[in-house]
Amino acid sequence: MADNAWWVTFPQMERETLVGFRKALDGTYRNFSRSYGDAIEAFFEPLLFFLVWFERLLINAPWWVVLLAVCALAYLVSRSWKIVVGTTMAFLLIGFFGMWKDTMSTMSIITVCTLIAITLGVPIGIAMARSDKVRTIVTPILDVMQTMPAFVYLIPVVMLLGIGKVPGVIAVVIYAIPPVIRLTNLGIRLVDKDVLEAADAFGASGWQRLTGVQIPLALPTIMAGINQTIMMALAMVVIASMIGVQGLGQPVLRSITNQYFTLGLLNGLAIVALAIVFDRVSQAYGRRMQLQYERIGNV
Amino acid sequence: MSEQKIDIRGLCKVFGGAAKTVMQLVREGIGKQELLDDHNCVLALRDINLRIPAERIQVVMGLSGSGKSTLIRHINRLIEPTAGDIIVDGQSVPGMDASALRDFRRNTASMVFQGFALMPHRTVRENIGYGLKIRGLARDEIDTRVSRWIERIGLDGFADRFPTELSGGMQQRVGLGRALATDPDILLMDEAFSALDPVIRVEMQDILLALQTELKKTIMFITHDLDEALRIGDDIAILRDGEIVQQGAPQDIVLAPSDDYIAEFVKDINRGRVIQVGRVMRPVSDGATGPEIPHDSLLEAAAITLAEATADTGTVTDADGRPVGTISRGDLMAAMVMATPESAPAKV
Repeated sequence: MADNAWWVTFPQMERETLVGFRKALDGTYRNFSRSYGDAIEAFFEPLLFFLVWFERLLINAPWWVVLLAVCALAYLVSRSWKIVVGTTMAFLLIGFFGMWKDTMSTMSIITVCTLIAITLGVPIGIAMARSDKVRTIVTPILDVMQTMPAFVYLIPVVMLLGIGKVPGVIAVVIYAIPPVIRLTNLGIRLVDKDVLEAADAFGASGWQRLTGVQIPLALPTIMAGINQTIMMALAMVVIASMIGVQGLGQPVLRSITNQYFTLGLLNGLAIVALAIVFDRVSQAYGRRMQLQYERIGNV
Repeated sequence: MSEQKIDIRGLCKVFGGAAKTVMQLVREGIGKQELLDDHNCVLALRDINLRIPAERIQVVMGLSGSGKSTLIRHINRLIEPTAGDIIVDGQSVPGMDASALRDFRRNTASMVFQGFALMPHRTVRENIGYGLKIRGLARDEIDTRVSRWIERIGLDGFADRFPTELSGGMQQRVGLGRALATDPDILLMDEAFSALDPVIRVEMQDILLALQTELKKTIMFITHDLDEALRIGDDIAILRDGEIVQQGAPQDIVLAPSDDYIAEFVKDINRGRVIQVGRVMRPVSDGATGPEIPHDSLLEAAAITLAEATADTGTVTDADGRPVGTISRGDLMAAMVMATPESAPAKV
C-alpha cells in the first residue's frame, strides 16, 4: 500500500492515458501530413528548384571562377586584402585535400539558408522593435527555437517532407534565425531617440523613418546578428546531413559510423575554414559601417 | 506690429493619467505636488496663453523643469496637448490629421535641437537636405538649395564630411541649415545654442540675428540663459513651473521684474546693453542741449555718445528726430547700476 502512495512515488498519469495521448497527437499530425504533405511540398518546389540550381552552378563552374568570385565578393564586402589572401589559402587547401565538391554543396546551402533567415528575420525583428506586444510573443518562441535540441524539430519536418534538401534548409533556418531577429530588434530599439525625434519634426512618414533612419543606424547591430546566423547555420551542417543534405556533413557522418578519424578531422577543418572566412568577411563589413558612423574626426 | 502667427490658447499638458479627470482637477486649481502625490501625474504646462506675431523672435526662458521644452514641442505637435489649442495661420495644430500634420512639419515649421540631432550616417550635405528629401524633391533641386545654404551658413568645404567630424558649433550650423533649407515660416529652436561654448554661442546668436534681418522668420527660441534671451528676443516670456510668470520686451523685464524670482534673475544683467534711453530719460524741459541721441539707442551707446562729445547731457530724439527728452551722464549711470531706477514705473 505504502509503495505507491503519492508521497513515495510521483503521482503520474496512467500509462494508458499517456500512450493514448501520444498516439492521438502523432496520429493527428500523421493525418495532417498525409493530407497536406503534397501541397506543402509543392509550396516548397521553387525553393528546391533554386537550391538544386545554385548547388549545380557552384559545383559545375570551373573551380578558379568560383574562387575568383568568392575573393571578389570578400574584397568588395570587407575591403581588406588580408582577408582575401586568407580566403584564397583556405579554399586552395580545401580543394587540394579533395573536398571542393562537398564544400560547394555546403556553401550553397549555407548561402540560401542565410538569405532566407535574413528575409524572414529582419522584418520579424523590425516588428518586434515596433511593438512590445509582438516582442512579448516572439521572445519565448525564439528561446524555444534556440534551446530545443535540433533533432527534435527534425522529426516533424521529416514526417511532413521526408528527407532531402528542403527539410534540411527548414531545420537549419529554424536553428539559425534567432540571432538575426534578436539583434535587429535590439539595433532598432537602440537608435538615438533624438535623431528619431528630428526625423519626426521634419515630417518623415513611418516608412521614411524606418528606411532612412532606423535601419541604417541599426545596420551594424543587424550585421552582428547576420554574422551569428551564418555561424549557427554552419554548425547545423552535420546534423542536416543526417536527413540527406549533401555537403561536408556527409563525410563527417560517415567518419562517425566507421571511425575514420582523419576523414572526419579534415572535413571538420573545412567547415571551420568556411566559418572563419564567412565570419571575418561579415565582421569586417560590420566594422566598416560602424567606423563610418563613429568616425571621430581625422584630425 | 505685424500680424499674429502663432496663437497658443489655454494650453495645458499633464503627463500620465486620464486627461479628462486630471484636467478637471487642474481647472479646480490643484497644486503640482498634490497632483503628483495623489494622482501620479506630472503637470508640465498650466494654462499657457501666448501670441507670437509674425517675423519676430519670441524667447521662452526658464530653468530646467520649467516646461519650456515641452511647450515648444506642442507647436509642431511632437507632444500632444492635454487641453487647449495652438493656432498657426488660423489653423488648429491639434486638430490636424496625420497627413496635414506631416505637411505642416515639412513645409511650415522646422526645428533646431539642443543636442543637434543630426543623422550620423549622412554627410553634412545630406543632413541639410534631409527635410527636402522627406518632402520628395528631385535630387537636382535639393542639391542647388543645399549648396546655397552650405555657403550661407559658413560650411564651405565641409559638405561631404560626416557630422561627427565637426565641432559642436559647426554641427549646430548644420542643424540650423537643415531647418532653414525647407524655407519654413516658423523656426522652433529648442535650446539650440545651450550646448555650445560661450564664444561660439555668441557667434551663433550673431549668425541667427543676421539671418533674421533678411529672412524674417517667426522664431520661437527656448533658452535658460537670460543674457541670450535679452540679446536675441523681441519679446520674452518667462516660464516657471509650467506657467508664464512674466512676458514683455527685454527692457521691460529688466526694468520691472514682476516678482522676486525674476528680480533675482535680472540682478546681474548688463543693463546698459538692454535698456533703451527712451525708458529712462527725463521729459523734455525746454531748450534741451547736447548731442542728439535716438530714443531707442541702448544706454551703453548713449554713454559713448556723451563721452565722445564731452557733454554732460544729451537730447533724446524720437523716430522723426524731434527732441522728446534729455538724459544726463548721472541718469545713465544710475540706470545702468541700480536695480529699479526711479523713472521706471514700479510694477507689482
